Amino acid sequence: MGILEQISASLQKGNDTHVAELTRRAIEKKLPPKQILDDGLIGGMAVIGERFKAHEIFLPQVLLAARAMYAGMDLLKPLMIRENIPTSGKVVIGSVQGDLHDIGKNLVAIMLKGAGFEVIDLGSDVTPEQFVSAAEKEEAGAIGLSALLTTTMPVMKQVIDLLRERRLLSKIKVIIGGAPVTQKFADQIGADAYAFDGVSAVERVKALIGRE
Amino acid sequence: MRPKLKFLSDDLIEQIVREARILLCRPGLDIHNQDILKMLADHGATIDLEKHHAILTDGIIDNALKTACHSFKLYDVLGNETHDFSGDNVHFTPGSAAITILDNETGEMRPPTSADYIKYTKLVSRLNHIASQSTALIPTDVNAQVSDSYRLYLSLLHCEKPVVTGAFTIEAFTIMKELQLAVRGSESGLKERPLTIFSVCPTAPLKWSDVTSQNLVDCARYGIPVEYISMPLSGFMAPVTLVGTLVQHTAETLSGIVISQLTNPGAPALYGGSPAVFDVRYETTPMGAVETMMIDCAHNEIGKHLGLPTQAYIGLSDANALDAQAGLETSMGATLAALAGINNISGPGMIDFESCQSLEKLVVDNEICGMTLRMLKGIEPKEDFPALPRFEELLKEKHLLISEHSQRYLRDEHYFPGPVINRANKSRWQEEGGFTLRQRAAQEVSKLLTEYRPSRLPDDCKKELTRLMQREAHRHGMEHLPDQTT
Repeated sequence: MGILEQISASLQKGNDTHVAELTRRAIEKKLPPKQILDDGLIGGMAVIGERFKAHEIFLPQVLLAARAMYAGMDLLKPLMIRENIPTSGKVVIGSVQGDLHDIGKNLVAIMLKGAGFEVIDLGSDVTPEQFVSAAEKEEAGAIGLSALLTTTMPVMKQVIDLLRERRLLSKIKVIIGGAPVTQKFADQIGADAYAFDGVSAVERVKALIGRE
Repeated sequence: MRPKLKFLSDDLIEQIVREARILLCRPGLDIHNQDILKMLADHGATIDLEKHHAILTDGIIDNALKTACHSFKLYDVLGNETHDFSGDNVHFTPGSAAITILDNETGEMRPPTSADYIKYTKLVSRLNHIASQSTALIPTDVNAQVSDSYRLYLSLLHCEKPVVTGAFTIEAFTIMKELQLAVRGSESGLKERPLTIFSVCPTAPLKWSDVTSQNLVDCARYGIPVEYISMPLSGFMAPVTLVGTLVQHTAETLSGIVISQLTNPGAPALYGGSPAVFDVRYETTPMGAVETMMIDCAHNEIGKHLGLPTQAYIGLSDANALDAQAGLETSMGATLAALAGINNISGPGMIDFESCQSLEKLVVDNEICGMTLRMLKGIEPKEDFPALPRFEELLKEKHLLISEHSQRYLRDEHYFPGPVINRANKSRWQEEGGFTLRQRAAQEVSKLLTEYRPSRLPDDCKKELTRLMQREAHRHGMEHLPDQTT
């Protein structure tokens, strides 16, 4: 088994110590950081995502794999910055203004990080202005909006309106989710995607801004 | 703490038993078997051979209760222990002897065939919360005289789990015993490691037919466990009250214990039953009625009070389709039965008043059994005290999804049902096909059947089983057994 396959296998087992050690060895062997990331870490996470969808593993195994992914990413990041290699993408995320519920949003943030995305988590009760400013400043590819209350769902549309006003809609994609949110609502307000759980959120974000 | 359900006080139990003994010692009971009547007479009973009647004595009943077996175990075809009928241990077994099968393709209840039976027994081998097989269907493509032994044959051939069964005639006992001897090798081996339980059913009120009483004697003689299945019908063939029904059930069951213990002191048996209330609107015997379930739980309490392991037909449904009624009656029954500590719970898979088995329902019921067994483990602290460190971890990490404590106890604390039980949110459910319960159950049946692994019973045993069954079939005019390649 090659070292990248070993990284992928250890990541799937959620063994962060092994993943860090193997990543270090791969760097020493002068393997390109992008290859270590894509074929080792992200490759392993892709298998994990598929297995979760097939009900073969549960959320904790996904998160343990994600933790192992961070262990490798921490070592790769300085190299990638130095060589100017883009990460998978950057996502600004938060629960919308008036909504203090953040469990679902937190789960999506963990899963996105696990898939290699850089996540700027603005927390809960976030105003449209805060979302748009942060996304612009961070040059994020997407904004993730979460709402648990039907009363706060209209804020999602306000965020999209503000992006349109600032002519950012083509640059910054919007993905929405939360218990009362539906695909129909996403279509109505012009959101780019809707996700019903953490794994589907990762899939949708990948489809929107992923750099394969 | 193990959760426990009780319907009867000790005083009430003792009064019910006293009254039941009076029934056996005053009016007495009918037993249509001369040898048994003579055996009872030898021990002091007053008998009338012409009227097939016996009046017992307190002494006979006391002696029978003294020698009755307080616990026993059951073993699979390979000789591994699968059941410990003691204390409040709970085991599930499919409802037995259905005359129809619910055809998932057509939605109709139709007569079962050998192919259906083989599918059934293969399926049971894959259901991890159903501890034993029962001879749950009566195949109609064999001569009726061998339909009882043929079920047992197919069960022993295709599935390793022990079998709850029964003989339809006196003669059938012989071949059904021989089939078991082919698996165990000897009579002593079979006695040491029982493989089957035979249902023996008195007739309400207070009557034993020649066949069932002789089956009881034959089983006792060879140490083959039985379960007494008294079936009083509240308001029809038993008093309308639940207590009155329990008095009758107790009397009928005590009479079974007497016959068994006089034949062979210490012979293993379950204090069981299939009582029901009688629905005077529809002339039916609803197994899903809450009162039926209460009688079952209560007769189990009486059995336990007498120090005996128990059984009941509960955790099944009267519905005519795999619908919400089927689910609610089955789960209510299974829950109550488990909380009551009934040792052998006969019901899963069954609808239409114990008349129809459904493979799809069986996989649904397997999940009910799984949840019920989880419930019985109760609520116990697991490194929960002191609580502070766990909450400090939660506040720091923002979640406990991957904490060491969660990883250690997740599988123990939370039962994860299979795909039959939907727990996806609506969007994920729709994305995965939006299948109904019935569709998911049918998919699960297909999946489990493709995962079937043949029984590890040695080939020479299997050959001997087939030889014996073929011989029996020839004896009853059948040239060949039905094709078993399905």
